[in-house]
Amino acid sequence: MEFQFANVLVFLLLGAITAGLMLGLGWLLRPANPESRKLSTYECGEPPSGSAWINFNIRFYLIALVFLIFDVEIAFVYPVTVAFREYVLQGRGLLVLTELFVFVGILFVGLIYVWAKQDLEWLKRVARPS
Amino acid sequence: MYAALFYFIAGLTVIGALGVALSTNVVYSAMSLLAALVGASGLYVFLAADFVAVVQILVYVGGILILTLFAILLTHQIAEIQVSNRSVGRLPALGLVVLLGLAMGAAILRAPWHVEPLAAATPTTYGIGDSFLNQYLLPFELASVVLLTALVGAIVLSRKELRE
Repeated sequence: MEFQFANVLVFLLLGAITAGLMLGLGWLLRPANPESRKLSTYECGEPPSGSAWINFNIRFYLIALVFLIFDVEIAFVYPVTVAFREYVLQGRGLLVLTELFVFVGILFVGLIYVWAKQDLEWLKRVARPS
Repeated sequence: MYAALFYFIAGLTVIGALGVALSTNVVYSAMSLLAALVGASGLYVFLAADFVAVVQILVYVGGILILTLFAILLTHQIAEIQVSNRSVGRLPALGLVVLLGLAMGAAILRAPWHVEPLAAATPTTYGIGDSFLNQYLLPFELASVVLLTALVGAIVLSRKELRE
Protein backbone atom coordinates (compact mmCIF):
# COMPACT_ATOMS: atom_id res chain seq x y z
CA MET A 1 0.00 0.00 0.00
CA GLU A 2 2.83 2.37 0.81
CA PHE A 3 4.27 1.74 -2.62
CA GLN A 4 1.05 2.87 -4.27
CA PHE A 5 0.99 6.04 -2.24
CA ALA A 6 4.65 6.54 -3.11
CA ASN A 7 3.44 6.57 -6.72
CA VAL A 8 1.09 9.41 -5.81
CA LEU A 9 3.96 11.26 -4.15
CA VAL A 10 6.22 10.81 -7.19
CA PHE A 11 3.40 12.05 -9.39
CA LEU A 12 2.96 15.17 -7.26
CA LEU A 13 6.71 15.76 -7.17
CA LEU A 14 6.97 15.41 -10.95
CA GLY A 15 4.16 17.93 -11.34
CA ALA A 16 5.87 20.40 -9.02
CA ILE A 17 9.26 19.91 -10.68
CA THR A 18 7.83 20.32 -14.18
CA ALA A 19 6.00 23.51 -13.26
CA GLY A 20 9.07 24.87 -11.48
CA LEU A 21 11.32 23.98 -14.40
CA MET A 22 9.05 25.69 -16.92
CA LEU A 23 8.75 28.88 -14.91
CA GLY A 24 12.43 28.82 -13.90
CA LEU A 25 13.66 28.36 -17.47
CA GLY A 26 11.37 31.13 -18.62
CA TRP A 27 12.71 33.35 -15.87
CA LEU A 28 16.30 32.58 -16.97
CA LEU A 29 15.75 33.03 -20.69
CA ARG A 30 13.35 35.93 -21.04
CA PRO A 31 14.57 39.52 -21.39
CA ALA A 32 13.56 41.85 -18.57
CA ASN A 33 11.88 45.02 -19.83
CA PRO A 34 9.43 46.01 -17.13
CA GLU A 35 6.73 48.40 -18.23
CA SER A 36 3.56 49.48 -16.51
CA ARG A 37 1.32 48.58 -19.45
CA LYS A 38 2.43 44.96 -19.23
CA LEU A 39 0.86 44.75 -15.81
CA SER A 40 -2.59 45.78 -17.00
CA THR A 41 -5.22 43.05 -17.13
CA TYR A 42 -5.59 42.99 -20.91
CA GLU A 43 -2.39 44.30 -22.43
CA CYS A 44 -3.83 44.82 -25.91
CA GLY A 45 -7.49 45.08 -25.03
CA GLU A 46 -10.11 46.98 -23.13
CA PRO A 47 -9.04 48.85 -20.04
CA PRO A 48 -10.88 47.02 -17.24
CA SER A 49 -13.37 48.96 -15.17
CA GLY A 50 -14.41 48.20 -11.62
CA SER A 51 -13.27 45.46 -9.32
CA ALA A 52 -12.89 41.80 -10.19
CA TRP A 53 -14.79 41.01 -7.00
CA ILE A 54 -18.26 40.62 -8.33
CA ASN A 55 -21.05 38.57 -6.85
CA PHE A 56 -21.58 35.80 -9.32
CA ASN A 57 -24.71 33.77 -9.81
CA ILE A 58 -25.97 32.04 -6.65
CA ARG A 59 -26.82 29.03 -8.87
CA PHE A 60 -23.17 28.03 -8.60
CA TYR A 61 -23.62 27.61 -4.87
CA LEU A 62 -26.79 25.53 -5.19
CA ILE A 63 -25.19 23.25 -7.78
CA ALA A 64 -22.12 22.90 -5.54
CA LEU A 65 -24.37 21.91 -2.62
CA VAL A 66 -26.06 19.22 -4.68
CA PHE A 67 -22.67 18.09 -5.96
CA LEU A 68 -21.33 17.76 -2.42
CA ILE A 69 -24.17 15.43 -1.42
CA PHE A 70 -23.53 13.13 -4.37
CA ASP A 71 -19.79 13.38 -3.68
CA VAL A 72 -20.40 11.89 -0.23
CA GLU A 73 -22.64 9.27 -1.85
CA ILE A 74 -19.69 8.15 -4.00
CA ALA A 75 -17.53 7.91 -0.87
CA PHE A 76 -20.16 5.55 0.61
CA VAL A 77 -20.73 3.44 -2.48
CA TYR A 78 -17.08 2.97 -3.42
CA PRO A 79 -16.06 0.50 -0.65
CA VAL A 80 -19.16 -1.59 -1.35
CA THR A 81 -18.20 -1.89 -5.01
CA VAL A 82 -14.73 -2.99 -3.94
CA ALA A 83 -16.29 -5.83 -1.92
CA PHE A 84 -18.80 -6.60 -4.67
CA ARG A 85 -16.67 -9.14 -6.56
CA GLU A 86 -16.01 -11.21 -3.46
CA TYR A 87 -19.74 -11.33 -2.71
CA VAL A 88 -20.58 -12.38 -6.25
CA LEU A 89 -18.11 -15.25 -5.94
CA GLN A 90 -19.86 -16.29 -2.72
CA GLY A 91 -23.19 -16.23 -4.54
CA ARG A 92 -24.55 -13.24 -2.60
CA GLY A 93 -24.21 -10.75 -5.43
CA LEU A 94 -27.94 -10.04 -5.63
CA LEU A 95 -28.00 -8.84 -2.01
CA VAL A 96 -25.24 -6.34 -2.71
CA LEU A 97 -26.87 -5.18 -5.92
CA THR A 98 -30.22 -4.66 -4.18
CA GLU A 99 -28.56 -2.80 -1.36
CA LEU A 100 -26.72 -0.52 -3.74
CA PHE A 101 -29.88 0.15 -5.72
CA VAL A 102 -31.80 0.99 -2.52
CA PHE A 103 -29.00 3.33 -1.45
CA VAL A 104 -28.78 5.10 -4.79
CA GLY A 105 -32.58 5.02 -5.18
CA ILE A 106 -33.18 6.90 -1.94
CA LEU A 107 -30.80 9.62 -3.10
CA PHE A 108 -32.36 9.57 -6.54
CA VAL A 109 -35.56 10.82 -4.88
CA GLY A 110 -33.52 13.87 -3.82
CA LEU A 111 -32.30 14.40 -7.36
CA ILE A 112 -35.87 14.20 -8.67
CA TYR A 113 -36.97 16.68 -5.99
CA VAL A 114 -34.27 19.16 -6.95
CA TRP A 115 -35.00 18.65 -10.61
CA ALA A 116 -38.77 18.98 -10.29
CA LYS A 117 -38.48 22.10 -8.17
CA GLN A 118 -36.36 23.60 -10.97
CA ASP A 119 -33.41 24.25 -8.69
CA LEU A 120 -31.05 22.99 -11.34
CA GLU A 121 -32.31 25.48 -13.90
CA TRP A 122 -29.89 28.26 -14.65
CA LEU A 123 -32.62 30.87 -14.64
CA LYS A 124 -35.38 29.87 -12.29
CA ARG A 125 -38.86 31.02 -13.10
CA VAL A 126 -40.26 32.55 -9.96
CA ALA A 127 -43.98 33.22 -10.03
CA ARG A 128 -44.33 36.97 -9.63
CA PRO A 129 -47.17 38.17 -7.38
CA SER A 130 -49.38 40.28 -9.63
CA MET B 1 13.48 9.22 4.61
CA TYR B 2 10.18 8.09 6.15
CA ALA B 3 10.54 10.56 9.02
CA ALA B 4 11.60 13.38 6.71
CA LEU B 5 8.53 12.78 4.58
CA PHE B 6 6.32 12.81 7.66
CA TYR B 7 7.78 16.10 8.87
CA PHE B 8 7.40 17.61 5.40
CA ILE B 9 3.70 16.70 5.24
CA ALA B 10 3.06 17.70 8.86
CA GLY B 11 4.81 21.02 8.19
CA LEU B 12 2.65 21.55 5.10
CA THR B 13 -0.45 20.96 7.20
CA VAL B 14 0.61 23.32 9.99
CA ILE B 15 1.76 26.06 7.61
CA GLY B 16 -1.51 25.77 5.72
CA ALA B 17 -3.50 26.02 8.95
CA LEU B 18 -1.45 29.05 10.00
CA GLY B 19 -2.15 30.62 6.62
CA VAL B 20 -5.88 30.12 7.15
CA ALA B 21 -5.74 31.80 10.54
CA LEU B 22 -3.29 34.62 9.81
CA SER B 23 -4.05 35.70 6.25
CA THR B 24 -5.96 38.98 6.01
CA ASN B 25 -7.38 38.12 2.59
CA VAL B 26 -10.21 35.59 2.87
CA VAL B 27 -9.46 34.07 -0.52
CA TYR B 28 -5.85 33.43 0.53
CA SER B 29 -7.24 31.81 3.69
CA ALA B 30 -9.33 29.47 1.55
CA MET B 31 -6.32 28.59 -0.59
CA SER B 32 -4.25 27.88 2.52
CA LEU B 33 -7.04 25.59 3.61
CA LEU B 34 -6.24 23.58 0.47
CA ALA B 35 -2.68 23.00 1.72
CA ALA B 36 -3.94 22.08 5.20
CA LEU B 37 -6.51 19.59 3.87
CA VAL B 38 -4.10 17.94 1.43
CA GLY B 39 -1.55 17.71 4.25
CA ALA B 40 -4.13 16.10 6.51
CA SER B 41 -4.80 13.58 3.76
CA GLY B 42 -1.08 12.80 3.67
CA LEU B 43 -1.13 12.28 7.43
CA TYR B 44 -3.99 9.79 7.01
CA VAL B 45 -1.75 7.84 4.63
CA PHE B 46 0.88 7.70 7.38
CA LEU B 47 -1.80 6.31 9.70
CA ALA B 48 -2.42 3.54 7.12
CA ALA B 49 -5.95 4.84 6.56
CA ASP B 50 -5.85 4.81 2.79
CA PHE B 51 -9.58 5.04 2.21
CA VAL B 52 -9.99 7.97 4.59
CA ALA B 53 -7.10 9.74 2.87
CA VAL B 54 -8.72 9.46 -0.55
CA VAL B 55 -12.14 10.42 0.80
CA GLN B 56 -10.52 13.44 2.43
CA ILE B 57 -9.33 14.58 -1.01
CA LEU B 58 -12.61 13.66 -2.69
CA VAL B 59 -15.00 15.28 -0.23
CA TYR B 60 -13.03 18.02 1.52
CA VAL B 61 -10.74 19.24 -1.25
CA GLY B 62 -13.09 18.47 -4.12
CA GLY B 63 -16.33 19.52 -2.49
CA ILE B 64 -16.22 21.49 0.73
CA LEU B 65 -13.32 23.70 -0.30
CA ILE B 66 -15.10 24.62 -3.54
CA LEU B 67 -18.25 25.34 -1.52
CA THR B 68 -16.22 27.55 0.83
CA LEU B 69 -14.74 29.46 -2.11
CA PHE B 70 -18.20 29.93 -3.61
CA ALA B 71 -19.52 31.17 -0.28
CA ILE B 72 -16.66 33.68 -0.07
CA LEU B 73 -17.13 34.91 -3.62
CA LEU B 74 -20.90 35.11 -3.19
CA THR B 75 -20.72 37.18 -0.04
CA HIS B 76 -21.27 40.82 -0.78
CA GLN B 77 -18.08 42.88 -0.34
CA ILE B 78 -16.48 40.43 2.04
CA ALA B 79 -13.08 42.13 1.69
CA GLU B 80 -14.28 45.49 2.98
CA ILE B 81 -16.17 44.33 6.02
CA GLN B 82 -15.16 46.35 9.05
CA VAL B 83 -15.07 44.24 12.17
CA SER B 84 -16.04 46.66 14.91
CA ASN B 85 -14.74 44.76 17.93
CA ARG B 86 -11.39 43.73 16.52
CA SER B 87 -9.33 44.38 19.64
CA VAL B 88 -11.95 43.74 22.29
CA GLY B 89 -11.34 40.62 24.26
CA ARG B 90 -7.77 40.04 23.18
CA LEU B 91 -6.51 39.54 26.75
CA PRO B 92 -9.31 37.19 27.80
CA ALA B 93 -8.68 35.25 24.61
CA LEU B 94 -4.99 34.96 25.51
CA GLY B 95 -5.96 33.72 28.96
CA LEU B 96 -8.32 31.16 27.48
CA VAL B 97 -5.70 29.93 25.03
CA VAL B 98 -3.13 29.55 27.82
CA LEU B 99 -5.64 27.64 29.93
CA LEU B 100 -6.60 25.42 27.03
CA GLY B 101 -2.94 24.83 26.18
CA LEU B 102 -2.20 23.86 29.79
CA ALA B 103 -5.14 21.48 29.88
CA MET B 104 -4.20 19.87 26.60
CA GLY B 105 -0.53 19.67 27.54
CA ALA B 106 -1.42 17.98 30.82
CA ALA B 107 -3.67 15.56 28.97
CA ILE B 108 -0.90 14.75 26.48
CA LEU B 109 1.69 14.23 29.21
CA ARG B 110 -0.51 12.16 31.46
CA ALA B 111 -2.22 9.95 28.89
CA PRO B 112 -0.91 6.38 28.92
CA TRP B 113 0.20 6.22 25.29
CA HIS B 114 -0.18 2.79 23.86
CA VAL B 115 2.78 2.45 21.51
CA GLU B 116 2.76 -0.45 19.12
CA PRO B 117 5.38 -1.43 16.57
CA LEU B 118 4.45 -0.31 13.07
CA ALA B 119 2.41 -3.00 11.38
CA ALA B 120 2.51 -3.43 7.63
CA ALA B 121 -0.11 -1.15 6.15
CA THR B 122 -2.84 -3.06 4.37
CA PRO B 123 -5.62 -1.71 2.16
CA THR B 124 -8.70 -0.96 4.23
CA THR B 125 -11.31 -0.35 1.55
CA TYR B 126 -12.41 -3.97 1.25
CA GLY B 127 -12.90 -4.25 5.01
CA ILE B 128 -15.05 -1.12 5.07
CA GLY B 129 -17.21 -2.38 2.22
CA ASP B 130 -17.48 -5.78 3.87
CA SER B 131 -18.75 -4.32 7.12
CA PHE B 132 -21.17 -2.11 5.20
CA LEU B 133 -22.69 -5.32 3.85
CA ASN B 134 -22.65 -7.31 7.07
CA GLN B 135 -23.03 -5.73 10.47
CA TYR B 136 -23.60 -2.14 9.33
CA LEU B 137 -26.13 -2.84 6.59
CA LEU B 138 -28.93 -0.80 8.13
CA PRO B 139 -26.73 2.19 9.10
CA PHE B 140 -25.42 2.17 5.54
CA GLU B 141 -28.90 2.52 4.12
CA LEU B 142 -29.79 5.07 6.79
CA ALA B 143 -26.82 7.15 5.67
CA SER B 144 -28.60 7.50 2.36
CA VAL B 145 -31.68 8.87 4.13
CA VAL B 146 -29.48 11.29 6.09
CA LEU B 147 -27.90 12.48 2.84
CA LEU B 148 -31.34 12.91 1.29
CA THR B 149 -32.45 15.01 4.26
CA ALA B 150 -29.30 17.11 4.01
CA LEU B 151 -29.85 17.64 0.29
CA VAL B 152 -33.46 18.73 0.64
CA GLY B 153 -32.71 20.85 3.71
CA ALA B 154 -29.80 22.64 2.09
CA ILE B 155 -31.79 23.37 -1.05
CA VAL B 156 -34.82 24.62 0.87
CA LEU B 157 -32.71 26.90 3.07
CA SER B 158 -30.70 28.43 0.25
CA ARG B 159 -33.79 28.83 -1.91
CA LYS B 160 -35.50 30.92 0.73
CA GLU B 161 -32.54 33.28 0.66
CA LEU B 162 -32.88 33.53 -3.10
CA ARG B 163 -36.48 34.70 -2.98
CA GLU B 164 -35.79 37.77 -0.91
